[in-house]
Amino acid sequence: MHIIENGNVAAALGVKLAGAQVIAAYPITPQTPLTEKLAEFIEAGEMRAQYIPVESEHSALAACIAASSTGARAFTATSANGLLYMHEQIHWAAGARLPIVMCVVNRAVGAPWCIWNDHQDSISQRDTGWIQMYACDHQQIIDGVLKAFALAEATSIPVMLCYDGYLLSHTYMPFEVPDEGKVGRFLKPFKPPYALDPANPANLNTVTLPDVRMDVLGEMAHGYMEIRYLLQEDLRAALSVGQEIEDEFASIFGRGGNALVEPYRCDDADYVVVGMGSLTYQLRDVVEALRDEGHKIGVLGIRLYRPFPDQAVAEALGAVRGVFVIEKALSYGYEGALCSDLKAALYEHLVKGGGNGGPAEDGRDRGQPAFVKGLVAGIGGRDIRTLDLTDALRAGMAATAGGGAKGAPAEERPDWIGIKL
Amino acid sequence: MAAKTTILTLPKEEFVHPGNRACTGCGLSIAYRIGLKALGSDTILIVPPSCLTVLQGLFPVASTKLPCLNVTFASTAAAATGMLEALKAQGREHIKVVGWAGDGGTADIGIQALSGAAERGDDFLFLCYDNEGYMNTGVQRSGTTPRGAVTANTPIKGKMQQKKDVPAIMAAHGIDYVATASSAYPLDLYDKIKKALSLQGTKYIHIHTPCPPGWGFEPRYAIKIGRLAVETGYYDLYEVEKGEFRLTGASEKLVEKRQLVPVGEYLKTQSRFRILTPEQVADTQARIDRKWGGYYRTNE
Ligand SMILES: Cc1ncc(C[n+]2csc(CCOP(=O)(O)OP(=O)(O)O)c2C)c(N)n1
Ligand code: SF4
Repeated sequence: MHIIENGNVAAALGVKLAGAQVIAAYPITPQTPLTEKLAEFIEAGEMRAQYIPVESEHSALAACIAASSTGARAFTATSANGLLYMHEQIHWAAGARLPIVMCVVNRAVGAPWCIWNDHQDSISQRDTGWIQMYACDHQQIIDGVLKAFALAEATSIPVMLCYDGYLLSHTYMPFEVPDEGKVGRFLKPFKPPYALDPANPANLNTVTLPDVRMDVLGEMAHGYMEIRYLLQEDLRAALSVGQEIEDEFASIFGRGGNALVEPYRCDDADYVVVGMGSLTYQLRDVVEALRDEGHKIGVLGIRLYRPFPDQAVAEALGAVRGVFVIEKALSYGYEGALCSDLKAALYEHLVKGGGNGGPAEDGRDRGQPAFVKGLVAGIGGRDIRTLDLTDALRAGMAATAGGGAKGAPAEERPDWIGIKL
Repeated sequence: MAAKTTILTLPKEEFVHPGNRACTGCGLSIAYRIGLKALGSDTILIVPPSCLTVLQGLFPVASTKLPCLNVTFASTAAAATGMLEALKAQGREHIKVVGWAGDGGTADIGIQALSGAAERGDDFLFLCYDNEGYMNTGVQRSGTTPRGAVTANTPIKGKMQQKKDVPAIMAAHGIDYVATASSAYPLDLYDKIKKALSLQGTKYIHIHTPCPPGWGFEPRYAIKIGRLAVETGYYDLYEVEKGEFRLTGASEKLVEKRQLVPVGEYLKTQSRFRILTPEQVADTQARIDRKWGGYYRTNE
């Protein structure tokens, strides 16, 4: 069924279809309408779940952690300072290997207070051991919730599904609501490896020593380091598990494709602009405009940010001359986190590995891009005007055009698009 | 009221294995052993970081037989709610959910989640063992450390502020059952837990648990000191059931006897009170007398 609704409703419908059993949430703009919708579904008897109106986000995730440890499918959602308030629990959920799903409706973090969109909230949770997916439109939100539960439960790793506050959460778009019967085929009932049970008692998340230790039966049990190593290994494996789930979804619902990256007109591109979330769809218009001017440019959307799809990124960018990374967040004091991650992936797969291209007709070594240029845009919800993006990219390409094979932009630090100083 | 449990009628089954990591003479250790007998096997525990985390053993060894979820310091009560709702969603409501936290995890960092859960009236039992300080991190002051006690971060002047009255705060939430207990009166604790479990909604029991290294006394005096706290009227045993306050057990008897032991007898047993001046001891005595004057009047 096709409907026209806003992004928060798309997410709520996804959570309902996924059959979440315990939902705990605390209001914060622009997440609020999503959890209000869920409360409404439950009170109206349209959804069988327990809704907990907790007194803080820290408690929201605490409730989900306990619910998930007890074997229930658990969901929460938040934004900005709410996400930051959960920080301790975010690490905890990943360390405890609980397949909780959380929608992060991306918003700028204080101070100063700012309710509008950027990605600083979720990016600052990058290193917590959660899987992070970024949706670009309403279809990806509703489908994404289902895929998030599937991926979380397949890997025993929690998943954040991030989507842009206002730009997606409060705008109306047509999308298809997945058929319930098909959802039943895609997402099986939640059966955790262990759920707390007096008949089979276990003490979860006890103090764990640095080294391995014998249990009472004489078997060697993991130390803290082994437990964390396995989280890292399973996160890396989640790249392929995520793709398998995407394929399964595509075979049932007939849409989807690449779970990791979403390239647009990249095949013959000299330049590729990389981003996450709704911005990447806006960039398609920019690319079209620049192509009309004769520039061979494409867009690469990062759909799965953690685990980072380094191989897929390197493959997509191996033959291009230059890369622009546009981000709505910063690792303050350096550059955008995505930009750093992307450079690391290129170094790992193209520089260290000797490159995957060879010299092309123009004599230029296509083994690696000549430059990666970071750009910052839309911080605190500053309008990202398509014209500004077009100008910035055109200028970026011009600045490097004459720079020879390795010509790179002079300024190393990210440029801020639309800054008025 | 149900017949009082005696040492003869106390269930034989142990849920705490012999040997744990608590110090010798630990009041918590006693309360935990007896408390788990009262909770029984159909229980899931929730424990925040504290001495209890250590008592329970280091992975992969556990010193207790009940399933337990270790949670972050602030989140015991919120986790209890999440667990309850999960059990409800699975049709396993018969399983009891019990949070067991130290005074820091209750009165200080844990109070927001506890207050939230109590306001919602979520159906679980919260037990606070009050050793009157952050013992796990080396005896720092907590909200329930009494005035005048020397701790690791009130090392010279002692704590300047009075003890936070957590049971009163919990009673102010209008929940149906709030009680105080002491590890020195384990059977009274047992009966109060049993009673709490028979009631719906959020239940709160505050347990005074003497701590030899934290308070500065020899382990063999743990029971004696716990009793002195009650006999001096310094720490009272009571219940607030559906808003009705009632002294219980040893404290109830004290109202009849009207013979409190002078509080100095309690204070001098512990080196943490070594800096108290005679005036401060007299002030403490005066406060106790005022409080007990009230108890006497309501029982006339
Ligand atoms: C968020 C957070 N802050 C601080 C700590 C460190 N910490 C662990 S246990 C503890 C004190 C516990 O005190 P209490 O709850 O009174 O229990 P006790 O150790 O006295 O038994 C502290 C401060 C922590 N684990 N988490
Ligand atoms: S420090 Fe005190 S409360 Fe902690 S285990 Fe030792 S005696 Fe018990």
